[in-house]
Amino acid sequence: MSGAPSTVSELPLKRIPPHGAPVLPRLLAGVHSVGAMTLTEHLSVHGPMSPVYGGRRRRDRAHAAMLMDEIERSGLLGRGGAAFPTATKLRAVAAGRGRAVVVANGAEGEPASLKDRTLLEMTPHLVLDGAVIAAEAVGADELIVCACETAGISVQSVERAIEERAAHPISVRSPQIHLRAVPGHYVAGQESALVNYLGGGPAKPMSTPPLPFEQGIGRRPTLIDNVETLAHVALIARHGALWFRQLGTPTQPGSALVTLSGPVADPGVYEIEHGASLSSLIDAAGGATMGLRGALLGGYAGAWIGREWLAGVALSGEHLAAHGASLGAGVVLLLSDRACPVAETARVARWMAGQSVRQCGPCINGLDSLARTLEQIAAGSAEAGATRRIEHLASLTARRGACGHPDGAVNLILSALDAFDADFAEHARHGACDRCACSPELPLPDREVSHQRSRGAVV
Amino acid sequence: MSHRVRVNPIACEAHGMCAELLPERITLDEWGYPIVDLTPIEDWELEHARRAARACPTFALLVARERRARP
Amino acid sequence: MTVPVAAAGSSSYWYLTRSTGAVALLLLSFALALGVVDVQRWSTPRWPRFVVDSLHRNVALLALVFLVLHILTSILDSFAPIAPIDAVVPFVGSYRPFWLGLGAVAFDLIVAVILASLLRARMGYSAWRAIHWTTYASWPIALLHGFGTGSDASKTWLQVLSAICMTMVLAMVLARVIADWPENIRVRGAALGGTGAFSLLLLLWLPSGPLGPEWARRSGTPASLLPHSHTNTAKSRR
Repeated sequence: MSGAPSTVSELPLKRIPPHGAPVLPRLLAGVHSVGAMTLTEHLSVHGPMSPVYGGRRRRDRAHAAMLMDEIERSGLLGRGGAAFPTATKLRAVAAGRGRAVVVANGAEGEPASLKDRTLLEMTPHLVLDGAVIAAEAVGADELIVCACETAGISVQSVERAIEERAAHPISVRSPQIHLRAVPGHYVAGQESALVNYLGGGPAKPMSTPPLPFEQGIGRRPTLIDNVETLAHVALIARHGALWFRQLGTPTQPGSALVTLSGPVADPGVYEIEHGASLSSLIDAAGGATMGLRGALLGGYAGAWIGREWLAGVALSGEHLAAHGASLGAGVVLLLSDRACPVAETARVARWMAGQSVRQCGPCINGLDSLARTLEQIAAGSAEAGATRRIEHLASLTARRGACGHPDGAVNLILSALDAFDADFAEHARHGACDRCACSPELPLPDREVSHQRSRGAVV
Repeated sequence: MSHRVRVNPIACEAHGMCAELLPERITLDEWGYPIVDLTPIEDWELEHARRAARACPTFALLVARERRARP
Repeated sequence: MTVPVAAAGSSSYWYLTRSTGAVALLLLSFALALGVVDVQRWSTPRWPRFVVDSLHRNVALLALVFLVLHILTSILDSFAPIAPIDAVVPFVGSYRPFWLGLGAVAFDLIVAVILASLLRARMGYSAWRAIHWTTYASWPIALLHGFGTGSDASKTWLQVLSAICMTMVLAMVLARVIADWPENIRVRGAALGGTGAFSLLLLLWLPSGPLGPEWARRSGTPASLLPHSHTNTAKSRR
């Protein structure tokens, strides 16, 4: 598979060259090319952690309120894919009944995303700082860090970081930090699936309401934030909302991690500011090594952008929305012009169908039928009106499951029909094209859905 | 006070009784799973909706009272 | 030698217990058959799903009514010494303890199933389903109870009724097992094997068991109730 990053430790980490004052990197400041930053290094690069009081007294709650106000002023949006305003989520959890729980979500089931395991492996203390501060803001007394069980290096890195902190005054008044390795299938990192798993069940979504922020693990209000979001929280608490807003766009401020893969010289995890152009990202990665057919933004629940738009695309929510896309969990997958987008889409659709945890009929049946129809189109054996059939199936599949998995797959498929309509029409008329025979490009690892219950509830 | 009908997709096992008892709101897709009209139901439909919910063998059909929007 | 037929009059409870027992068996068989129709989702425009489901539930409740009558009349009857406790605690009675006890076991299971269905909303689906599966056990136990305790095994009407029930249940169970073959093949295979073994053993046992000689004595009828034509200690039914 060309261009697909395999293990994190093979990746060189780069930064977008700063213009004027060095403003990047932020999250990736001080990281080594291999191995985690120690606590001492972390504190010397980022400065001392902002104080936490860890209590429920009036003074402590006033401090928590200040933290929340600062995060709200920063305009930080969640970095797990949904881009939900972080402060809103914090307030909702803080207002819940019962003592809150904080979960740092590093499950990262998206195959083409490596940013979360990168953070956990390279700069775990930044994530842990953010998690502790978030716990302070919502009054939580439990903190659980979730890492993907297949990313062994990042699991070990977090373990060591927790041990380092336990022996250090930084941990005074911080809640105890638990580490859980969670299964690697696609949907395992979905919020209710995580709550299910951490509560002793399998990593499968649960029916909502109630949502985790109201009643999550052990029926307690549960804050689930992506590890990158928490890393930003740690920096905002230190340097303030105004500092945070110096980068990015007014509606999507700050920096972000993106995983760039595909035919570029140096694929990997990059830190950009929101609004940076896709071209500048590709340049920072050493430029494209082949002609490009398109880009998949946001991962396998995201959307395709065809080659004609690539030059002008800026990586921010509002700009991408005009193309029907979003950054999602910071995934940018480039497709070379040697690949067949129809065949690739069919492969992804089949993979997404296989990643269904098979709890809801419309997801099981819809994704399977969609994959089958796409495979027929790719092979040239589809019936007339196959495209209309896909649109019909899409309407039957989306928004009828317990989680967003079928919606994401439908989003991807419909965007492919739109971005590559010429290729789809060609396939409908003439069958498989000569590019179909080329080796597949998009990374689709063998990830069996785990139906196993976890060993026991942490909380 | 308005009500809505919805399906818990995890509990649903495509028994199909809901579509028989509340055809005004529920039709079945090609796999036997319910497609529900999620708009608020009329008052006269409420009794039928409740009967349909009782008939569901897995309690997948729910009749929910409209929640007041949070300020 | 045949067991003398019970006379009418003071033994009307005995008639009732036998007849309600037979009807209960018929209704239980019918309820099981409807349960299979229900779970297999067989329906027609004239017999929609909700009708099949309601019918299944109502026939089961009706079976329970007849079952309760069957138990009450057997307790009230003065011929066989059946105490109220024998209805729920198996194998402690003095009248054909084993065969009567099977009836208590079947009754306990059926009550549990019906209670679970009434309390469904509080129970959680998997727990309810697990309890409901015991119906596949309670039916053969009830059948054996009927053959073992009944005094009408040699009667044509009961033989025909039993044959109808057994055929209906066997056909439905086979349909259920074969329908989605080979899904869950271990469970289906075990069910097929169990059904086959039970049917075979039953057919082999019947001629030498209830249809055989002196079944009343062999099944545990208290000696004082057995007819001895040459003694006057036998309690005879008038």
